[in-house]
Amino acid sequence: MLHLFIVTLLYFFGYQKQKDQLRGSRRTSRIVAFYGLTAPPYELDALEPYMSQKTLEIHWGKHHRAYVDNLNKQLANSPLYGLTLDELVKVAYNNGNPLPEFNNAAQVWNHNFFWESMQPDGGYMPAAGLLQQIEKDFGSFPNFREKFITTAMSLFGSGWVWLVLKKEEKKLAVVGASNAVNPLVWGDIPIITLDMWEHSYYLDYRNDRGKYVNAFMDSLVSWQSATARMARAEAFVNLGEPKIPVA
Amino acid sequence: MAVSAALSSTSAAALPFRGGRICPCSLRGPKSRATSSSSSRVTAQLELKAPPYPLDALEPYMSQKTLEFHWGKHHRGYVDNLNKQIAGTDLDGLTLEEIVVKSYNKGSPLPTFNNAAQAWRPVLLLSLMLLYIWNHDFLWTSIKPGGGGKPSGLLLELIERDFGSVDALLSEFKQAALTQFGSGWAWLGYRAGKLVVEKTANAVNPLVSDYTPLLVVDVWEHAYYLDYQNRRPDFVSTFIEKLISWDAVSARLDEAIAASKSA
Repeated sequence: MLHLFIVTLLYFFGYQKQKDQLRGSRRTSRIVAFYGLTAPPYELDALEPYMSQKTLEIHWGKHHRAYVDNLNKQLANSPLYGLTLDELVKVAYNNGNPLPEFNNAAQVWNHNFFWESMQPDGGYMPAAGLLQQIEKDFGSFPNFREKFITTAMSLFGSGWVWLVLKKEEKKLAVVGASNAVNPLVWGDIPIITLDMWEHSYYLDYRNDRGKYVNAFMDSLVSWQSATARMARAEAFVNLGEPKIPVA
Repeated sequence: MAVSAALSSTSAAALPFRGGRICPCSLRGPKSRATSSSSSRVTAQLELKAPPYPLDALEPYMSQKTLEFHWGKHHRGYVDNLNKQIAGTDLDGLTLEEIVVKSYNKGSPLPTFNNAAQAWRPVLLLSLMLLYIWNHDFLWTSIKPGGGGKPSGLLLELIERDFGSVDALLSEFKQAALTQFGSGWAWLGYRAGKLVVEKTANAVNPLVSDYTPLLVVDVWEHAYYLDYQNRRPDFVSTFIEKLISWDAVSARLDEAIAASKSA
C-alpha cells in the first residue's frame, strides 16, 4: 500500500515538472524587444568645425543614447515585440493617438537617420537623378535650398525638417514637423533630415539657427546618402521612365 | 492712462494685475509722451525689461552666459520681431496682454486681422511669440539670487492643503517639468481657489487658459543647455532648490485671491 502511495507521489511530481517545462513562462526569461544604439558612420570629430565633437559626444552619447535606453525600458513591459524600428514607429504612432513608446521610438529612428543624413565634407549639391528630381519638383536647386531653410527657420519649438518623397503625389517635398513626428507616420519616404531641437545646435551656434541651417546645407548634408535612399525609394514609388542616355 | 501710471510705478516684487490676471510690469503698452494726452498718435513699443538683478547674480546655478543669451538674444529677439510685426497695424498701441488675448482668441484668429493687406500674416505664430515674451518676463521675476528655501504664510498653508506637503508639490512640479516633451514650461497655478501644477508646450501659457500663474520654469533647451546640457533633471532640481523666489509666488497668490474676490 505504502509502496503504491510513494510511486503515485513520485509520478505526480514528475508530471508537475513536465507541466512546468511545457509552460516555461515562470522559469525561463521573458522575451522582450530591444533596440541598440547605432553610432554615426564617422568619428565624432569628423564634422568639425560645423558640428563640434563636443556636440556629437552629447547629442549622440547622451540624448540619442537616452532615447534608446528609455525605449528599451518601456519595451520591457510592453506587448510590442517583433517589429523593426520603422514598424515600431508607425505602430506606436497609432494613427495620431500615440502610444507611450512613440516619442522614444521616433526619436531613436530620427537620430539614426540624422547621422546618416550628414557626412564629413558634405554639402555642395546632389548629382544626376536626384538633382533632376529636385529641379523637377522645386524648380531649381536654389529654390529647394531656400524652401528647406525657410521651413527649418519657421519651426517653433522643437522639431525636425525633412526632405521627403511623397508616395501619393510621387514628388519630393520639404516638410517640418514638431517634436518627434516623422514622415513615416504619413507613409512618406524620408530622404534627408535636419534636427531643429535646440540641443542639436546650441553648443555650436547658440541662438543663431540661421547659421546652423546654412552650415548643414553648405557643409554637412550627405547627398550620397540621399541618393542611395532615393534609389531605394524608387522601388516603391514610380517616378516615370528613366532617361536612358543615347550613345 | 491710470493703468499705465500704475504699471510704471510698480516694482518687480509687487506685480500689478488687471481683472484677475497677473501682468508683469515690464510689458507696458504705449510709451506715451508726458505732455500729450489725447491728440498725438501713440506707437507700440513693447519694451524688453531686464531681469531685476544683474546677469551674473544667479551664478553658479544659472550662468551669466545663459542669461546673456536667454534674455539678451532669445527674449530680446522676440520683442524686436514683435515690434516690427505689429508696427502700423491694428495691434499697435495695445498692451501686451491685450494683444495676446485678442490675437489668440482661444486658438482661432479673429477676422479683424485677416484684412486684405495682412491676410497671409501668420496670426497664430504672432500670438505664440507674444505668449513667449510674456512667459519670459514672468520667468525672470519668478527667480532671484539667493532663492530657494521654503514658502511660508498663506502660500505654505495652501500648498499643504492641496498637495499634502511642500516636498509633494515640488516633486509634482519637477515631474511636470521633466515630462514636458520637447519645448515648454511647467507652472504652479491658482485655479478656482486651488493650487495646481500644469505643463504647457512651446509658448502656451495660462493667459489663454483658466488658471492664474504663480510660478514658472522654462524647459526649452536653451534655458539650461549651456549650464546643464542634457541634464534637465539637475537643472530643475537646482532651479527649485536655489532659484525660486517664494516671495514673488506669495505676492502673486495674494493678488490672485484678491482678484477672485473682487471679480
